[in-house]
Amino acid sequence: MARTDRPLSPFLVYRWEISNTLSFLHRMTGVMLSIGSLALVGWLISIVAGHDAYSRLTAFFEGVIGALILFGLTFCFFYHLGNGIRHLFWDAGYGFEKQRARMSGWIVLISALLLTLAFWIVA
Amino acid sequence: MSLESPLNKVLGLGSAKEGTGHWWAQRLTAISLVPLTIWFAIALLGLPHGNYEMIVAWIAQPLNAILIVLLIISLIYHSSLGLQMVIEDYVHGAAKIVVLISVQLAHVVLAVSGIYAVIVVSVGASQ
Repeated sequence: MARTDRPLSPFLVYRWEISNTLSFLHRMTGVMLSIGSLALVGWLISIVAGHDAYSRLTAFFEGVIGALILFGLTFCFFYHLGNGIRHLFWDAGYGFEKQRARMSGWIVLISALLLTLAFWIVA
Repeated sequence: MSLESPLNKVLGLGSAKEGTGHWWAQRLTAISLVPLTIWFAIALLGLPHGNYEMIVAWIAQPLNAILIVLLIISLIYHSSLGLQMVIEDYVHGAAKIVVLISVQLAHVVLAVSGIYAVIVVSVGASQ
């Protein structure tokens, strides 16, 4: 086989699809949420550590940096949740058709953005 | 000619004999995380974060304490399985095993710390 006939990396062969970006985002948000689980455990540990530690932690998350971290985690959560449910439907054998997979992808992305905004409007 | 034994072919297991275990556990924890995380997110919205005593009292309620422990177990297990896949895909050579071991041990520490905290808060509040 001539050298030029060899298969190329996917990003050179495939044109852009909403699906490939969303797949990447699923991993990224998953990794972010793994790091974010430190916040959940940190929150619980600060409560055990006492009033002062808890106050310091809540003060940090009410500050600009803390709030930005929480805002980012909120989007990661709603996106990973929605796309995770999308994956579970695929596991069950539903929604594989090209049009439906694209449609569900857009629904997941837009609803994640809207839910993030709604969460912070209520919070 | 396949070297796979007929029994393994029927069971659908690979050479490591645990191919479906990882996949299954990831789905199982994904399914349990759907209601648990939605419950927790809604609870967070209603909690008086400025009031330490009320936060302690909320965690100490049996149902809340149990659900938080279930959340921690599902979340940390799911996180460990997910990060394992990412590491196996992107980290190679000697670094891979070191990163895998560190990340998995960190998850055990996180889970134990979280569960410990819930128990201590619950026991402390009931005395």
